[in-house]
Amino acid sequence: MDNKYETIIGLEVHVQLDTDSKIFCSCSTEFGREPNTNTCPICLGLPGSLPVLNKKAVDYLLMTGLALNCEIASYSKFDRKNYFYPDLPKAYQISQYDLPLAKNGHINVKTKEGEHRIGITRIHLEEDAGKLIHEGSIDSSSGSLVDYNRTGVPLAEIVSEPDIRTPEQAREYLKHLKKTLEYLKVSDCNMEEGSLRCDANISLRPYGQKEFGTKVELKNMNSFKAIEKALEYEQKRQRKFIESNKDIIQETRTWDENKNITISMRGKEEANDYRYFPEPDLVPIEIDQESESKIKDNLPELPNKRKNRFINKYNIPEYDAEVLTDTRELADFFEDCVLEYNDPKEVSNWVMGEFLRLINEEKMSISDTKINGKLLADMLKLIEKGTISTKIAKTVFAEIFYTGKSPKDIVEEKGLKQISDQDKLEEIVKDIIADNPDVIEDIKNGKDRAIGFLVGQVMKETKGKANPQMVNKMFKEKIKQI
Amino acid sequence: MELYKCSLSELIKMLKENRVKLKDIHESISFRISNVDKRIKAFVSLNNNIKIDQLKTKDYIDDYLKGLPVAFKDNMSTEGIKTTCSSKMLKKYNPPYDATVVKKVKKSGGIILGKTNMDEYAMGSSTENSAFFPTVNPWGKNRVPGGSSGGSAAAVAAGMAPVALGSDTGGSIRQPASFCGVVGLKPTYGAVSRYGLVAFASSLDQIGPLAKKVDDIAIMMNVITGKDKNDSTSINNNYPDYTKYLKNDVKGMKIGIPNQYFEMEFDDQVRNSVISAVKKLEEAGAEVKKVDVTGAEYALAAYYIIATAEASSNLARYDGVRYGLRSDNVNNLRDMFSETRKEGFGEEVKRRIMLGTYVLSAGYYDDFYLKAQKVRTLIKNDFNKIFKEFDLMVSPTTPSTAFKLGEKRDPLEMYAADIFTVPVNIAGIPAISIPCGFDNKGLPIGFQIMGPHFKEEKIIQAAYTLEKILNLDIKYPELK
Repeated sequence: MDNKYETIIGLEVHVQLDTDSKIFCSCSTEFGREPNTNTCPICLGLPGSLPVLNKKAVDYLLMTGLALNCEIASYSKFDRKNYFYPDLPKAYQISQYDLPLAKNGHINVKTKEGEHRIGITRIHLEEDAGKLIHEGSIDSSSGSLVDYNRTGVPLAEIVSEPDIRTPEQAREYLKHLKKTLEYLKVSDCNMEEGSLRCDANISLRPYGQKEFGTKVELKNMNSFKAIEKALEYEQKRQRKFIESNKDIIQETRTWDENKNITISMRGKEEANDYRYFPEPDLVPIEIDQESESKIKDNLPELPNKRKNRFINKYNIPEYDAEVLTDTRELADFFEDCVLEYNDPKEVSNWVMGEFLRLINEEKMSISDTKINGKLLADMLKLIEKGTISTKIAKTVFAEIFYTGKSPKDIVEEKGLKQISDQDKLEEIVKDIIADNPDVIEDIKNGKDRAIGFLVGQVMKETKGKANPQMVNKMFKEKIKQI
Repeated sequence: MELYKCSLSELIKMLKENRVKLKDIHESISFRISNVDKRIKAFVSLNNNIKIDQLKTKDYIDDYLKGLPVAFKDNMSTEGIKTTCSSKMLKKYNPPYDATVVKKVKKSGGIILGKTNMDEYAMGSSTENSAFFPTVNPWGKNRVPGGSSGGSAAAVAAGMAPVALGSDTGGSIRQPASFCGVVGLKPTYGAVSRYGLVAFASSLDQIGPLAKKVDDIAIMMNVITGKDKNDSTSINNNYPDYTKYLKNDVKGMKIGIPNQYFEMEFDDQVRNSVISAVKKLEEAGAEVKKVDVTGAEYALAAYYIIATAEASSNLARYDGVRYGLRSDNVNNLRDMFSETRKEGFGEEVKRRIMLGTYVLSAGYYDDFYLKAQKVRTLIKNDFNKIFKEFDLMVSPTTPSTAFKLGEKRDPLEMYAADIFTVPVNIAGIPAISIPCGFDNKGLPIGFQIMGPHFKEEKIIQAAYTLEKILNLDIKYPELK
């Protein structure tokens, strides 16, 4: 945005790992349950209770680390982060301080400026806190309630290097991150339910300057778009401050979604000293080469790799491959279909066209729909055989999408079979010719394109079931004879 | 003989042989409690819900304890029975779950007799830090029972419980056992689950039994040891049947006398009594040799750094939000935290929380906490080295016999009473205190036997032998 100042952005992402049970007890992690029902003496921090590590959470974190090109620690441990807050039942969070499970990774992002490598400092495992529910606004509230259902849900904290230079890069980094986590099936990354949360650090410095400027921490951004907008706003705000020689205050600011501005949060009165020390209730984690390799070998094919394979194997355009590999589910859907109907470009057109159109219109997720790759393939076969027209196919497609019925049954039930019967079509064609003498005249005078109108009339008459190629040919022959 | 005077093993034997009714035992003990606990004040609460008639042995995994009563220190979580840690903070706290040891005792046929008094949150060496009342040593009207498991030790000593469980972070089982003239064992760290033990210092806390005789200790160890899936620091091990080591035999046992312990200044009567007991072990065939130990002079300092650091974090949860005390005197969140803690914690607890907070603070961590951990490693390694050569080491349990109530006002003076017991916790090794005599005031003297990790059976064998040699029949203080 600027040729004077360079923007420095670092992101801190918290992702809830999608394990069945919490990180240190056997309570369910299910979202949306009655408050304080997913709790037990352990996640409530009752006196005497002790944590026991959920191995699955470690596995999920290691998968994430490996997918993001991290080094995996051979020896790692948990530490206590001490602070008082009502949503933190033990008054300390079990987290990782100096020995995270994964570190030194990176993500490559593509923006209009080209490809850019963003370092990942570390990924560590920790427990989520509960949720405070205030009566009205926090300032005027007469009381607050705490829901501890979320307490102890496993979290991966993914910290980037301050390598991000534009809000767009930040968005692309997050998109890639989310895509990767979804591919790994370690998190549903649902920002609305809070399973992916992102804080950002941003500062400006004149180009060429080595030292970072004063950074501001941004919070409360509930979508990737909000993050990009908040960063853009903050970029401008800080620039204005610098140019008018005002000091930027190191503080935490919150994004106001309605006003589209960042607002200074009541500052932390003093610097926090979390008094980290090793968690004595848990034993250190040791990861040998063998278990690391095992996890690595079991990683699913990741988005970039899959995209490149789609381009090479199916010979589809890069754009198509990019769209199709956007989620693991979509890519699976595509491949399931191609397996049954070997015309990748045709399949791609349908997936990117009708399928995504309906998904977006209905705001559905792929798993909500009733269609699968095989059903789409069956339908494409019907088109190929001439049983249905491409136009009718759209109707059939929608029907499969909502009901999951087989295309064959739909065609039969609704009588959507294409009319390729010569005699039947000839009758209709004759009628149309009789009804439109002016048009025939025009065609005879060289206005060939008017045939399209006549074909349209036939399609209208047959409710789209006529074979348009046949009808077109008939008109040409018949008019010649007139 | 009155039934309350019998040891756990004697009671079990009599029950096995149908010589006594369980109901009569409970009645005798109950009667004893109603007679003497007004004076001793060993119990914070009693289980008023004991129904002998309804006891059915078939629900038990085994039946070691045959429906006999067990007293629990009031820092072990008991479902539906208040667990106060002798603190104002938890005065009304009623836990929804049983500690693993409580479950194990129940499954072995034991009955919760009551919850015993202690120094608040197990912080102290005299039980005077109880927020409710001090417990009195049955052996001396104006004497402390030791602490922090003072209630458990006094209850056993006064015949109010055949056996009790305590917890030992820096000597809190052994020191009161010594002061009250009973046997107390601190097992290896990891041998007994800490699940449900209200944490003081997680890396040092360990639950163990207090009883009248070494036999009883062996029985209780059979009941309480074992890996627990709820405690990651508990250890899977082949825990033996400890009663098989109740053998009067120390022939060839190599016993170390730590020079640095005996070089310290402490009570002459304690010294003579302990040395005389060592000689008796030698006469019985043990090979006794002096040995140098490293780090003894730093042990106490390291202990009070590590223990308070962990305590400052462990006790942070008492904030008035979920359970326990909440101060009425609050207008905002900050006040709720600070006023609740101000009202709920006693002086010693606050002192240790402040100490612990300080040693973990930015800029001090390396100088205190980290250095203390290095001392810990040093001491641990030294014990490991010594136990390659020696089977056991022995020392006094405490530098003196029971002191007077209110006598020690200076916290440092109080901390110094832990000098012989603390290194054991730092190293995580097991140690027992057994009575070896009385001083001229008639107060019991304790003899400490330390062993390598997971070798409680060796300790039990030596202690049993010493008990036989010294011919220490259970003695009862005169209580009116």
